[in-house]
Amino acid sequence: MRLVVDLNKCQGYAQCAFLAPDVFAMHGEESLLYDPRPEEEQRERVARAVAACPVRAITADGLDRAGASQGASDAR
Amino acid sequence: MPHASLARRITDFGNRANPYPLYAELRRTPVLHEEEDGPYLISSYYDIEALLHDPRISSDATNLAAAGADGPGGPEETGGLPPSFLRLDPPEHDRLRRIANTGFGPPHRPRRIEGMRGAMREIVTELIDGFGDARRVDLVDQFAYPFPVTVICRLLGVPREDEPTFRTWVDPLVASLDPEKRPGGGQEAEYRQSAQEARMRLGMYLSGLVEERAREPRDDLLSDLVNSRGPDGAMTMMEVLSTSVLLLIAGHETTVNLITNGMLTLLRHPEVLGRLRADPGLSVPVVEELLRYEPPVQLVPQRTCITDIEVRGVTIPKGSRIWLMLAAGNRDPERFEDPDRFDPDRRDIRHLGFGSGIHSCFGAPLARLETQIALSELARRLENPRLVEDPPPYRENAVLRGPRHLDVAFDGLR
Amino acid sequence: MPADHIERLRREGRIVIVGASLAGLRAAETLRAEGFAGDLTLIGDEPHEPYDRPPLSKSALLGVASPLRTQLPRRREIDAKWRLGVAATGLDLAAKRVRLADGDEVEYDRLLIATGVRARPWFKEEEARLDGVCVLRTREDAADLARRLRAGPRRVFVIGAGFAGSEVASACREMGLPVSMAERAGAPLVGALGGVVGSVAADLATEHGVDLRTHVTVTALEGDTVGRVRAVHLSDESVVEADVVVVSLGSLRNTEWLTGSGLGAGPRGVACDAGCRAFDFRGIVTDDVFVAGDVARSPHALFGYQFLSLEHWGNAVAQAETAAHNMICDGADRRPHLWMPAFWSSMFGVNIKSVGVPPMGEQLMITQGSLAERRFVGVYGHQGRIVAAVTFDNARWLEFYQRQIERGAPFPVEFPTLDRRPEGRQPVPAGFPDPSLPTHGPMVTLSGYSPADQQLVFHPSRH
Repeated sequence: MRLVVDLNKCQGYAQCAFLAPDVFAMHGEESLLYDPRPEEEQRERVARAVAACPVRAITADGLDRAGASQGASDAR
Repeated sequence: MPHASLARRITDFGNRANPYPLYAELRRTPVLHEEEDGPYLISSYYDIEALLHDPRISSDATNLAAAGADGPGGPEETGGLPPSFLRLDPPEHDRLRRIANTGFGPPHRPRRIEGMRGAMREIVTELIDGFGDARRVDLVDQFAYPFPVTVICRLLGVPREDEPTFRTWVDPLVASLDPEKRPGGGQEAEYRQSAQEARMRLGMYLSGLVEERAREPRDDLLSDLVNSRGPDGAMTMMEVLSTSVLLLIAGHETTVNLITNGMLTLLRHPEVLGRLRADPGLSVPVVEELLRYEPPVQLVPQRTCITDIEVRGVTIPKGSRIWLMLAAGNRDPERFEDPDRFDPDRRDIRHLGFGSGIHSCFGAPLARLETQIALSELARRLENPRLVEDPPPYRENAVLRGPRHLDVAFDGLR
Repeated sequence: MPADHIERLRREGRIVIVGASLAGLRAAETLRAEGFAGDLTLIGDEPHEPYDRPPLSKSALLGVASPLRTQLPRRREIDAKWRLGVAATGLDLAAKRVRLADGDEVEYDRLLIATGVRARPWFKEEEARLDGVCVLRTREDAADLARRLRAGPRRVFVIGAGFAGSEVASACREMGLPVSMAERAGAPLVGALGGVVGSVAADLATEHGVDLRTHVTVTALEGDTVGRVRAVHLSDESVVEADVVVVSLGSLRNTEWLTGSGLGAGPRGVACDAGCRAFDFRGIVTDDVFVAGDVARSPHALFGYQFLSLEHWGNAVAQAETAAHNMICDGADRRPHLWMPAFWSSMFGVNIKSVGVPPMGEQLMITQGSLAERRFVGVYGHQGRIVAAVTFDNARWLEFYQRQIERGAPFPVEFPTLDRRPEGRQPVPAGFPDPSLPTHGPMVTLSGYSPADQQLVFHPSRH
């Protein structure tokens, strides 16, 4: 699984770091560090993190459920 | 009330079951100011989103008091406690929230909430098992209330058995958040006084626990609040108490409504309920869509502007009260396609259910996890569940909106 | 007739994208998403599928991510011919052909140039070859540097305190490694954010134990008898022993392959119009060659139509999307690339974000928070309006300031804001260095008003 976070969008709400702490970690109050190539066993947790991101900044491939899929488009 | 203002019709209890047509009417005037000295209602998604990130908008209770709308947490009715971070601006807000976070989430405690997943499942299983042979339950009293209360008590380190005691203080505090009960809404003095007293008593109750934790820390949030010594220093005892009161109440009330609104919505959309039964993972997008479609916090009535601001060509004068109508923004057709449809398959669920900006819901990760587990387990275990009464009876509160009871009939437990 | 032509292009045309990184990939996805059904070829000089670079100077050094595993996720299938590991070496505009290093030629109906930038190497070739002298741009660079850092060098020396250099220094300190950092200007990040904010970055670095040396340049790298770097000589005549040297002097645009092609390409990048169409050297816009990403310089309406060169992740994505859209559209369906410049960085535990074009601002106001606390919002002003903002650990306010820039809101900022301190009531000079003396890696470069205009001539640094 490959993922990328648009850190221009990210505002440090840390929802991903709550939900998938082995993939996403806060570094200081606001900065996010993440593993762009997490293990397969993290798939479900990553899907939860993608869905919970308040600014839809996480794009991951290989997640099939629609509501939890992508953050690629921004309606603005 | 044929001539009543839209704001009053929205807060009017008679319209609690379905305020959405009123919100649609509201959106026709995206910046609505109906009465002199009355609030400015903001109802379009993009305006709300912008104002939640606007550094000219204050959450400080003293600014609100200056605007002529003293609420709980205002200077005269603190119940002896300082305002919580919900009612403060930076830098005080930021400092208190940072310290509170050290015991709650990343970077310091990234696994505390996720680590409660197993315990939450157990609590849910126990509560559903407790339905026993009944074929009809009140989902609020028997499930949606006791579950988050048990969780927040465990997280904070408040003895679960004290719940009946502090519930008598929590109720008036929650009621006082309702703008209907605030100045201009009648019953003012009475509610003020009972809220003030309740906050004080709750604070006194918690101070006993906090003192214990200061002496003898345990693995709970109260211990972390009182013992945190990071770069921001320590909270004062009073700050610990007002933060604990906030977390206890917020951890109490909003999730109850999210779970209840969720089950109500699922029972009205049996095809989604069926899919959730087959696929617990669907609870993730279901909860996000719920936060859009039936958010437990319908509006934020506690903001003021510290200077004249312009929204959609309307000048809102300095010191005005502003109501950010989250639930109306969540159904804004300018932002969401077919907004009145409950559709967890939406590709784009970027809701205002947890607010946004620096005051975005502190407990969001907890509420998400609780509701995902609650709904997927209810879907899995209740055989042929159906609503006994639709719409169900609602709580009075217009801000924290949800059913007071949700009678559900079913054929048995799986 | 044109409509027919476009229809045919969309159905069976040949599109070639040179540059298989972020911009190239996102452009390819956009082409397919918008219905392009013809032949699509992606050419990249690196032998890898597109990967993400920002983690290479942060999580990859800290071990949170593997430098070799930052491949970008795909938004969709792109069904492309990949020519990886082979560089484009020439362009024949008349014949519509790209020449490749292996002698092949690829014909196109539409071409997208997304060749990006590369690390500026140490200017003395012999010293640059010393073992332990590193740059950081590719995944191999990052893997090499990460390995050297893990081996526990006695001291790391970073040349150039731009974002990349400062991020490396930050990672070193987090790993407990002694690190020195040299900067020709008076503070880190000066070229990107000015001296006032730069001094905050200087304090951060120093407090985290970085041996920061400003107003100095590196004059020589000294090797030992077996060809390993052992010391760094500075213009103040000091000598610092170090066994890893990270050269972080900004980047060079990959335009050499276009030399003689007739395109308006040079060290500043490839000039294009707001619709991402490349200009030829006469300043006449082409209609079948498009540009996106770090290598492009394009005019921006919000900033006086000056040509901007942006080394920004978000710009690469947005410009690629616009270029791809315009490549398969006609006239009125095309849209301008009007992306608000924005970037982020993270160092010493602090999140730094910016919108707009800070180096355009002569003045700065701290409208929220305080420099001393390293939590603040700074607003840059130019000729009476807001042109940029920067936040240190205050990202949630940034979009408000973005809207102020978009609407050309007046500067100084007169209205009150939450957490406005006395220090933030008056504008101060932002402290950018003289633009004729460029610093390293400013990330936004104002590069004049016409496609041929290069009023700021960039002289490669001579340390």
